[in-house]
Amino acid sequence: MRIWHIVCVAVLMMVGLNRAEADDVIKVGVVLPYSSVYASLGGDITDGMELAFDLFGSEVSGKKIVLITEDSEVKPNVGLAKTKKLVFQDQVDFLVGPVASNVAGAMRDFVHNAKIPLIIPNAGNNALTGEKCSPWVIRTSFSNDQINRVMGPWLYNRGYRTLYLMAPDYAAGHQMMEAVKRDFVAAGGSVIGEEYPPLRETKDFAPYLAKVKASRPDALYVFFAGGLAIQFVKQYHEFGMKDQIPLTGAGWLTSPLFLPAQGSAAVGFTGALNYVPTIDSEENRLFQEAFRNKHERTASEFTVQGFDTGRLIVQALNAVKGDVSNKKELVEAMQNVTFVGPRGPFRIDPATNNIIQDIYIFETRQVGYKVRHVVIDKIPNVQDGPNGCEM
Amino acid sequence: MFLEPTFLIIQLLNGLQLASLLFLLSVGLSVVYGLMNFINLAHGTLYMLGAYIGLTVANTTGSFWMAFVLAPLAVAALGALFHVLLLRHMQNASPLKQVLVTFGLVFVGLDVVRYLWGDFSHSIDGPIIFSGPVMVLGEIYPSYRLFVIGLGLFVLVALYFGLERTRIGAIVRAGVDDQEVAMSLGINIKLVLFIVFCMGCGLAGLAGVVAAPVLSVYPGMDMSILVMTLIVVVVGGPGSLKGAALGALLIGMFETFGQVFIPSLASVTIYAFMALVLLVRPSGLLPVQPK
Repeated sequence: MRIWHIVCVAVLMMVGLNRAEADDVIKVGVVLPYSSVYASLGGDITDGMELAFDLFGSEVSGKKIVLITEDSEVKPNVGLAKTKKLVFQDQVDFLVGPVASNVAGAMRDFVHNAKIPLIIPNAGNNALTGEKCSPWVIRTSFSNDQINRVMGPWLYNRGYRTLYLMAPDYAAGHQMMEAVKRDFVAAGGSVIGEEYPPLRETKDFAPYLAKVKASRPDALYVFFAGGLAIQFVKQYHEFGMKDQIPLTGAGWLTSPLFLPAQGSAAVGFTGALNYVPTIDSEENRLFQEAFRNKHERTASEFTVQGFDTGRLIVQALNAVKGDVSNKKELVEAMQNVTFVGPRGPFRIDPATNNIIQDIYIFETRQVGYKVRHVVIDKIPNVQDGPNGCEM
Repeated sequence: MFLEPTFLIIQLLNGLQLASLLFLLSVGLSVVYGLMNFINLAHGTLYMLGAYIGLTVANTTGSFWMAFVLAPLAVAALGALFHVLLLRHMQNASPLKQVLVTFGLVFVGLDVVRYLWGDFSHSIDGPIIFSGPVMVLGEIYPSYRLFVIGLGLFVLVALYFGLERTRIGAIVRAGVDDQEVAMSLGINIKLVLFIVFCMGCGLAGLAGVVAAPVLSVYPGMDMSILVMTLIVVVVGGPGSLKGAALGALLIGMFETFGQVFIPSLASVTIYAFMALVLLVRPSGLLPVQPK
């Protein structure tokens, strides 16, 4: 008899708890990498979102916003399984994630068919807001094309006539090089060489660097991130190539995540990105200060993407007064969110659900003992074309 | 343009530098295989630990050379611990079980590194005397890379004389050839095994700390190098010093020149080469003499 009592009480308590949760909690399912190569990105995005809830309120109409986090492990099958777990078992109200485009590709079809809103805080594959766009998928980060294509004409106007391209051999690498190549060639320049080393984390770039040097382009344009970015920057410096061939590229190369390890080897790089920590605005100053007070490090572009995602969530939930039962209204509220954040003006393009944002062109310079990103130009309101998107 | 002698010599140096690192890694793995008849998959983890311990030592003391000396010793000590606590108790288990234990350690090692040092990528600054470039036929070449090549050659020569010309070397070779006969001659083969295992671990740690200024230090750096190291061991012929040296040289060159001349096949060049070698010589290019 006793065991029955305990079971009954336990069941009643669980039912009661579930009730209580369902009533005054808004559940956000988060699928980000917390292990494997992109773990530091997943951490930065989560920290950014939490900071946004600290600053803009973690309660909407008496309901608390609760993050339920799952590790995608940067594997498409794992990411999809975790997404399904969050939707079916935890019954989350909407989703945030992932970092990698291959995982996003796997999650996209599921959320599209299940009609669950998904906010992408990083994955840049053009197709996610292009031919594979969905009314349920909103991207607050960037598209690969958006970041890189502005550099084509910009580099041409700077006087460069020949470019050499280099990126890892996977979808993002190719999309970024394609973007800069298209608009650089359209402006009148020519691409005299391209290298796509296999995407392996340990990489000696020396064989490729010797080839670039022998080709004598006006500039080298690259995309590398993570350990590859550190290795590349250091090796480019060690081979004395910076003085001969200017190094340009997608701005992640000298992200605040990698800059401490790169040190002065990173000086002299010209890159394009949607955010650098040194943007001169009140919003950015306050953001960096708040983040530094909490985490004692500089917020990266990934942190900002998380921060803006969190802010979008709070504003959209306020607009629907915490009522998440009507998903269509919720998505519309998300699409209508605008604000001026650390990155500048933030809004979502209703035609593609991709963000419209300023792209910053910066140079890394030695300032005292530190290497800093110095903004040298800004391309305002960069908006992607529909790229085959029909919603 | 790509056939100019200067260009080729620079690429030759690049290949030698990679070969040198691969040699430091594979020689321990290969000789331990010869003695103990199993492949230690955690060898890459020891390489990673060497790099991370080197990172901490270099950051606290501000000296690369301290890291260069202390990290391999620390890794050798860890190897000793690993041998005493785990491997010694498994000597009668099947080789497959031993390999699986080391495979498990790969994951443990990865999470330990993430727990202790975090997920961020790091880098060690090389020693100051090798920080500047040198001119090689009018082209700038980082002097640190020449140091890596020199170190690989030095270790090769030292090991060669140690193994081929000294009594201890003769004992090790006897152990590789036939453990039972060696034991019946009164040789403490267990002790020899233990020492060789620790030295192999120490060399893996040395490779880690030496690679850190050229490549970067991050969780997972072990797996990417382990595959190449295994290929070196297989191509060279497991169990022999000469095999490890020849395998490292060939794989280093194939990897480098494959990227230069056939970039579209860069990711498969060394695998194709390994397949070819195995087809012609199933036991590797320079295996230990068949029993």
